[in-house]
Amino acid sequence: MKALKQKNEFLYFALRNRKLQIGLGVILFFVLLAAFGPLLTDYEPFDYVNPTGPVPPSSKFWLGTTFFGQDVFTQVVMGLRATFLIAILGGGIATLVGMLLGFLAGYRGGILDEIINVLTNIVLVIPTMAVLLIIAAYLQVRSLAMESILIGLTAWPWAARAIRAQTFSLRTRDFVDMARMSGESAFKIIFSEIAPNMMSYLVMTFILQFGGAILNAATLDFIGLGPTNAISLGLIMQYSMMWGALQFGMWWWFVPPGLAITLIVGALYSMNVGLDEVFNPKLREM
Amino acid sequence: MRKYFGRKLVIYLLTFFLAVTIDWLIPRFMPGDPVANMLARVSVNSTAASVMQEYYTHLFGLDLPLWQQYLNFWANLLRGDLGISAYLFPKPVTQVLMNAIPYDVALLLPAILLSWLAGNNFGAVAARSKWLDNTVSPIGYILTATPYMWLGILLAWFFGIILDVFPIAGAYSFSLSPTLSWKFIGDVLLHWFLPFFSLFMVQFGGWAIGMRNMIIYELEADYSHYLEALGAPRSLIRRYAFNNAVLPQLSGLALQLGVIVAGALVTEVVFSYPGIGYLLLAAIQNQDYFLIQGCFLFIIIGVLLANFVIDIVYVLVDPRTRRGMTGEAA
Repeated sequence: MKALKQKNEFLYFALRNRKLQIGLGVILFFVLLAAFGPLLTDYEPFDYVNPTGPVPPSSKFWLGTTFFGQDVFTQVVMGLRATFLIAILGGGIATLVGMLLGFLAGYRGGILDEIINVLTNIVLVIPTMAVLLIIAAYLQVRSLAMESILIGLTAWPWAARAIRAQTFSLRTRDFVDMARMSGESAFKIIFSEIAPNMMSYLVMTFILQFGGAILNAATLDFIGLGPTNAISLGLIMQYSMMWGALQFGMWWWFVPPGLAITLIVGALYSMNVGLDEVFNPKLREM
Repeated sequence: MRKYFGRKLVIYLLTFFLAVTIDWLIPRFMPGDPVANMLARVSVNSTAASVMQEYYTHLFGLDLPLWQQYLNFWANLLRGDLGISAYLFPKPVTQVLMNAIPYDVALLLPAILLSWLAGNNFGAVAARSKWLDNTVSPIGYILTATPYMWLGILLAWFFGIILDVFPIAGAYSFSLSPTLSWKFIGDVLLHWFLPFFSLFMVQFGGWAIGMRNMIIYELEADYSHYLEALGAPRSLIRRYAFNNAVLPQLSGLALQLGVIVAGALVTEVVFSYPGIGYLLLAAIQNQDYFLIQGCFLFIIIGVLLANFVIDIVYVLVDPRTRRGMTGEAA
C-alpha cells in the first residue's frame, strides 16, 4: 500500500513536469513515425522512384527526393527505425555492462574494485570513436546489430564509475547490513536492496546512454563506417554530402535526418532534467 | 602529488600499450584478407601487384611467428615507421599524418579552449538571472544534442551557399600557393572559421549548461549558506561557487576529449578540411589500412597528451592534489 502511494506520488509529479512532458511527447512522436511511417509510403528506401532526380518536398514526395530520385521521407522513417534499434541495443548493453561492473566494484571493493577501476580508467581515456573506427574499418559486412554491440561495449565506463560511487555509499547503510546479516547472497542484496534505491539513477543513466548511442552511430555512419545493408540517419547525411547536396542546395536531403537526431537527443536531455526534478524533491519547487 | 601523477602515468602507459596491441591485433584476426583487399583497390597490373603483395607480406611479417610479429610491430612503431599509404602511394603514413596534424591542432585547440572558457563564464552568468536562464538553457540543451556534422552542414549551407560569405571546402583557395603573405593568411583564416565555429558552438552549449547546474548546486551547499549568514557580499559567494564548480568542469573536459575529437573528424569531413578526419574518410573509402591504423594511433596519442596536460592544470588549480589528498578526480 505504501509502495503504491509512493509510486503515485512519482507519477503525480511526473505527469505535471513540463520538461518531461515535452521530452516524452517528442520521443513518442518519433517512435510512432518510425513504427507507422513506412505504412504511409509506397516506396522502398533505395528505389529510384523519381526519374528526374532531385526535387524539393511536394505532395507526392513529402521530403523531396535525393540526387538519384530516391524518396527522402521513406529513407528518414526507415533510418529512424535503425536509430531506435541502435539506441535501445547499444544504450542497453552499455547500461548493463556499466551496472554489472559498477555494482561489483562498489559492493565487493578490494582487489576486484582496483582491477575494475583500472579497466574503467583505461577505457575512459581511450577515445572510443577511434576504437570503433578501426574495428568497423576491418569488417567487410557491417550490420546494425554489430554496430550496436560495438557502441555498447565501448560506452559503459562513465556509467560504471557513477554506479560504483552510488553503490559504494549505499553498501554501508543499515538496511544493507541487515540483509547481509540475515544471510542473503550478494547477488540478491545488490538487486533487491541496492539497485531499487538507485532506480532513478539507473533510469537516467540508460536515457543518457540511449542518446549517446544515437550520436555515436551518427558519427560512425557519417565517416563511412555505417551499416552496409541498411539505411540510417547518419548514412543519409553522408550520402547527401558525397553527392553534392550542399553545392546544389538540396536542403531537404540533409536537414530532416539531422533535425530528427537533434530533436530526439534534445528530448532525451529534457526528459532527464525533468526526471531529476521528479525524483529529487529538492529540485521540485523550481 | 607524486602519487597522483604516478597513478595517472601508469593508466596512460597501460592505455597506450593496449591501444598499440589493438592496432596490431585487429588487422590480423579480422575475417578477410586486408592485403588482397588493398591490392584489389590499388588495381595495378599483375606483375606490380605480385611485387607489392610480397612487399606487404614482408611488412606485415606474416611469415614470422606471432610473438615476433608483435615485437617487430613495436620496433617499427618506435622508429616512427607506420607503413606506406596505399592511397597516397608511395608516401609513408607518418609523413602523411604529420602534414595533417597542424590543421587538427589549429581547429581543436582554439575551439576547445575558447568554448570551455566562454561556456563556463556564460553558464555562470545564466545561473544568476531567471530571464537569461530561461533562454540560454533550452538553447544550450539543443546545441549539445546537435550532431557535430549536422551543425557543420547547416553552417556551410547558410554561410557558404545562401549568403556566400565563407568558403566551404579546403584549408585555402586552390588558386593560391602557401606563402607568408597577408592575402594567404587571410584566406586561410576565412577557410578556418566555419569548421572552428561549428565545433565551438556544440561544445559551448554543453559547458554553459554544465556550469549553470554546477553553480546552482554550489549555491545550495552549506558553505554558501554559511557565508550568506555571515553577511558576505553576493559577489564573493558567487566567486567561491565558481571556483568550486570549475574543477568538475575541468575533469569533464578530460572526459569529453574523445567526443570532441570525434566531432572534429566529422566536421573536417563536412568542410573537406585536410586534417586527420578528412584523411580518415579517404583512407576508409580506399581501404588504405595502414593509414587507418596510423590515424587511430595518432588520435590515441593526441588524446593521451591532452589528458596529461589537463592533469597538470588540475594540479595547478586544485590545491588538494598538490598536498597528496587525491580528491575525487584522481
